[in-house]
Amino acid sequence: MSRNGHSAPSDFPPPVDSVDEFVKRELDAEDERIEVGVAIVGGGTAGLATANRLLQLLGDDPELMEQLGEVPVAVIEKAKTCGGHNLSGAVMRPGPLQELYPDMTREQWREQGFAFGEVTKEAVYLTPTAKRSIRIPVPPPFKNHGNEVVSVAALNRYQQAQAEEGGAYILTETAASQLLVSDGRVVGVRSGDKGRGKDGEPLGNFEPGTDITAKATVLAEGCWGHLTGAAIREFNLGEGREPQVWELGVKEVWKVTKPLDRLIHTMGPWPLKINPKYGQVGGTWIYPMKNEKGEDLVSIGFVVELDYADATTSVHDLLQLFKTHPLVREILEGGERIAWGAKALPGGGYFSMPKLTMPGALLVGDSAGMVDTLALKGVHHCIKAGILAAEQIYATLKAGGTDLSGYEDAVEESSIGKELYEVRNARQPLQKGLMLGAPISGLAQITKGKLPPGRLSWHRNDDKEVFVGDTHESYPKPDGKYTFDKLSSVFITGNATRDDAPNHIRVQKRVPREVAETWKWMCPAGVYEIPDDAPETGDVDVIVNYTNCVQCGAITAKGGRLTTPEGGDGPLYQIT
Amino acid sequence: MKIAVLVKEVPDAAVTKRIDPSTGRMDRGGEKNLNPYDTHAIEAAMQVKEGGVVEVDEVVAVTMGPETAVRALHKAVSLGADRSVHLTDPALTGSDVAATGYALAQVLKAESPDLVLLGQQSDDGECYTIGAVVAEHLGMPSLTQVIAMEVSAEGLKCERQAEYGYDTVQVDFPAVISVGDAINEPRYPSRKAIMGAKKKPLDTKATGDVGIEADKVGEAGSKVVCGDYKAPPQKAGGEIIEDEDTNETVEKIVNWLDERKLI
Amino acid sequence: MAGILTFALHYEGQINKNSQGAVSEAAKLSQELGTECHAVVVGEGISDDAAASLGAYGATKVFRVNAPEGLAQPVVDAMGHLFESNGYDYALFGGGLLGFEVGAGLAARLNAGVTMEVTQINVADGKLTAERPILGDSSISTSTYKDRGIIIGRLNAFEIKESGGGAAEVVDVDVTLSEHAQKAKMVQRGEQRGADVNIEDAKVLVAGGRGLGKAEGFELCTELADALGGAVAATRAVVDAGWYPYAAQIGQTGKTVAPKLYLAAGISGAIQHKVGMQNSENIVAINKDANAPIFEFSDLGIVGDLNKILPKLTEAVKAKKGA
Repeated sequence: MSRNGHSAPSDFPPPVDSVDEFVKRELDAEDERIEVGVAIVGGGTAGLATANRLLQLLGDDPELMEQLGEVPVAVIEKAKTCGGHNLSGAVMRPGPLQELYPDMTREQWREQGFAFGEVTKEAVYLTPTAKRSIRIPVPPPFKNHGNEVVSVAALNRYQQAQAEEGGAYILTETAASQLLVSDGRVVGVRSGDKGRGKDGEPLGNFEPGTDITAKATVLAEGCWGHLTGAAIREFNLGEGREPQVWELGVKEVWKVTKPLDRLIHTMGPWPLKINPKYGQVGGTWIYPMKNEKGEDLVSIGFVVELDYADATTSVHDLLQLFKTHPLVREILEGGERIAWGAKALPGGGYFSMPKLTMPGALLVGDSAGMVDTLALKGVHHCIKAGILAAEQIYATLKAGGTDLSGYEDAVEESSIGKELYEVRNARQPLQKGLMLGAPISGLAQITKGKLPPGRLSWHRNDDKEVFVGDTHESYPKPDGKYTFDKLSSVFITGNATRDDAPNHIRVQKRVPREVAETWKWMCPAGVYEIPDDAPETGDVDVIVNYTNCVQCGAITAKGGRLTTPEGGDGPLYQIT
Repeated sequence: MKIAVLVKEVPDAAVTKRIDPSTGRMDRGGEKNLNPYDTHAIEAAMQVKEGGVVEVDEVVAVTMGPETAVRALHKAVSLGADRSVHLTDPALTGSDVAATGYALAQVLKAESPDLVLLGQQSDDGECYTIGAVVAEHLGMPSLTQVIAMEVSAEGLKCERQAEYGYDTVQVDFPAVISVGDAINEPRYPSRKAIMGAKKKPLDTKATGDVGIEADKVGEAGSKVVCGDYKAPPQKAGGEIIEDEDTNETVEKIVNWLDERKLI
Repeated sequence: MAGILTFALHYEGQINKNSQGAVSEAAKLSQELGTECHAVVVGEGISDDAAASLGAYGATKVFRVNAPEGLAQPVVDAMGHLFESNGYDYALFGGGLLGFEVGAGLAARLNAGVTMEVTQINVADGKLTAERPILGDSSISTSTYKDRGIIIGRLNAFEIKESGGGAAEVVDVDVTLSEHAQKAKMVQRGEQRGADVNIEDAKVLVAGGRGLGKAEGFELCTELADALGGAVAATRAVVDAGWYPYAAQIGQTGKTVAPKLYLAAGISGAIQHKVGMQNSENIVAINKDANAPIFEFSDLGIVGDLNKILPKLTEAVKAKKGA
């Protein structure tokens, strides 16, 4: 079924049924279960902020702490350590983190190694061609004076240590594969199996997962929330809301020979194509980072909305291409790449956020779509959401109740709700293309959201028809020193997934050429390949090298589904 | 019978390692994990314990390392060890393999194990030999590269890979056995075991507690000094032949191989 | 008397090649230091010829100790004894398992410094320093010794060089074995296990990758490997595809090898594979893509169709060998 002769990825939905597969209704026997007070799925910024705040409250309330049992708070994290799968720009608004750790100064943030300096100088450039750049006055969303450059991978490690000190059990290398639902209520999660083979068969050291029951469950899974997806379908949390849309960011961290003196954002159009038929919308960032050893580092990344139509759009390669611009060479030349990573982020904004509570559970952070993709700000929302979630849970448990729905209003009235509301219609216009959409987007920004009126809608990323275009023709051939190929980039993430692990990616294996090409180019880790002898048009087979997967989540936006791999697999980001 | 398992926390294998420019030593600041080879050693200990041929009273995990090394012990315990011992002391920093082996042997002397198991190599030291050093100090027979182990009341029948094929060696107790990764498939710890690990007994010991002489360990006590790190010789890309006439190409290849005595 | 004592591994009447390399190296170094190079052989029924043969590589004396063969601790006893009576400064071992075990035990016995996986030894100020790769071969560290030094070479690190010396003087030495050295007994030594070819030991490897096109492509590799007297290895991609068993997989998540010759057919040379074979002495690559990364680190690269080249190469090698 195709329109105009082209297919859209949504014509070939992945073979998966979230509710059927990822919701478990019969609990294991009691002695086989693990009972915890509060279960937090995801040891990222939002999940750990929830743990941090909750333990602060429980620390002052030994009675309630006692009531929650041996394990008052458990954080379930699929990476080897918290932060291992996390990545962001990032320039963070300081408020919520200061609220979470009131006794810490910003200088102490830097000493701990997760913050790299206050923004005092910034610049925004247009890059009309591969050689030129024009500095423009900083548009309001990009005003970052006073904000702090951070690394979420490093921040999460700090948060993890704080949570552990506060009494949390951090279960790393543990995937949460199913939501436990009993009598219409979330009662916990089931951890993933370990030791399955390629075809899912139990191997010699097979260890089944465990039902982990909790009085309250927090879903903080980040962008492609596996259980969040199941929860949204099970409890109809998406009703009456816009669909979620996504963007993909690919990032590198470089050690540089001279310090970068300013925060930089660029708004293209080069290297993206202006012609709306390509559907390319995105921008870049270049942030200075000085680490506690005194080394000068730079974080550089490219973010592109996953709504593009040219199948050969590859954010990784666009980043490599972007680096060839003199503006960037000036900064990176002579330096050394020390990190690379990729991660998707939710771009729908206010109207795409699902309902945030359901019986027994609530959503925080990127899982709930709490990101302002105009300003590229979400880290502080994650922390604020964690604080609010913790306070709601504490209040509910203290009162001996079960109703968490007060959290919904708390978020709405907080900085999260207010900031996201202001830009609620600012990104949707860009789905029509940069030229048509930018003026309307600008209007939304200038009027602080009063215009355009009403609610602008999103269409799903995977509904967009794709065609094999020519974007790829300008990608540079990697030289291994300044520009890099996907495989060597995956290598430095520390990704060493077990070769006989089961495939955690659900896609249809035989699709039209243009859909297969979309996946091949899109995936920053080179997971999807088309056999050399496949025909140029018509249907082709897709090879899925799932062991390369860095779990960025992009495939979920474009016709596939990322499910939880075995805990412990995947990258080990340290400074992204 | 008491089994002691020597474990070590090492930087994650997949993470690219760097030399820290400020200290000249390996930058161990990144991710750390239980040395994968040690998980095979723990599994071997568990299989002896569960095997029923000999009665094992307890399996003790022992490590020498900074504060963070307790994580390796927690992992070892979640995999089945009954308790653990953490040797930690600033005086031990900078110990070479011989000094480390001596220090561990002192801890083991206090434990009097019948069998000492350890992984034969670690990804950071890349020395492949600490078992031999420990055995020398303990006065016990030692075998490395062991890939199969059959236990009986008197001792162990071990198979190990060596220069000329596989050797079968009979070893009496007490003994020190370094195992290779082919010996078994380590189990995954259950969630319950992981969460219960922190509650198992963990003794912390300093050098003075186990009679380690300060002048035999640390940088001062190490007899070899490592330094002067440099990049390995860059391998330049070699000759390239474009195949046009395959017969000619093949002749060139054969000559090339012949010149290097590879045929 | 200072000097270097080298261990020579003996098996079925022959001295191990790595040991010959170690003696050659020790001879060269001791000349620079102005001392002598001695060797020690430990075993049962070692012939005079076998022991004396080390003279050809530069050993002036070879000590023969009658003790169980193939085990490390008797050698520690033997070398420990010799160090005490003759006062050597350095012990040198060629690459290989036993060398590691003996060297480490000896370091403990003599309270000496020890370095493993050494790739080069230099003389500076009348002392030896040893270089070894570390951190997955990404860096080279140099060891210096405060007192006596035990140097254990990496496999094939030392070149065998006949120095023109005649038969060495063979001296039989009686060594009382320590108690613990007697607690391990060799039941069977050197059992070959045919089915599972250990690719880590092979001197020649012919490795196949995706470029082979199909599982049957491995027949081409097998024939060439047979002709060259080597084994077949594979990349992760083809093992995943089921074209070849996992035991032969080379790379980040497979085995690491360093054969004398690594011939890669249809392999792109992505870093995940490279780290498993980059230390091979000679790397030959055949790939139809001139831009394949493997050509950046191969010693000889052929851009062409492996389906045409491999069969002809196999024939040519057979012919050369037969000639």
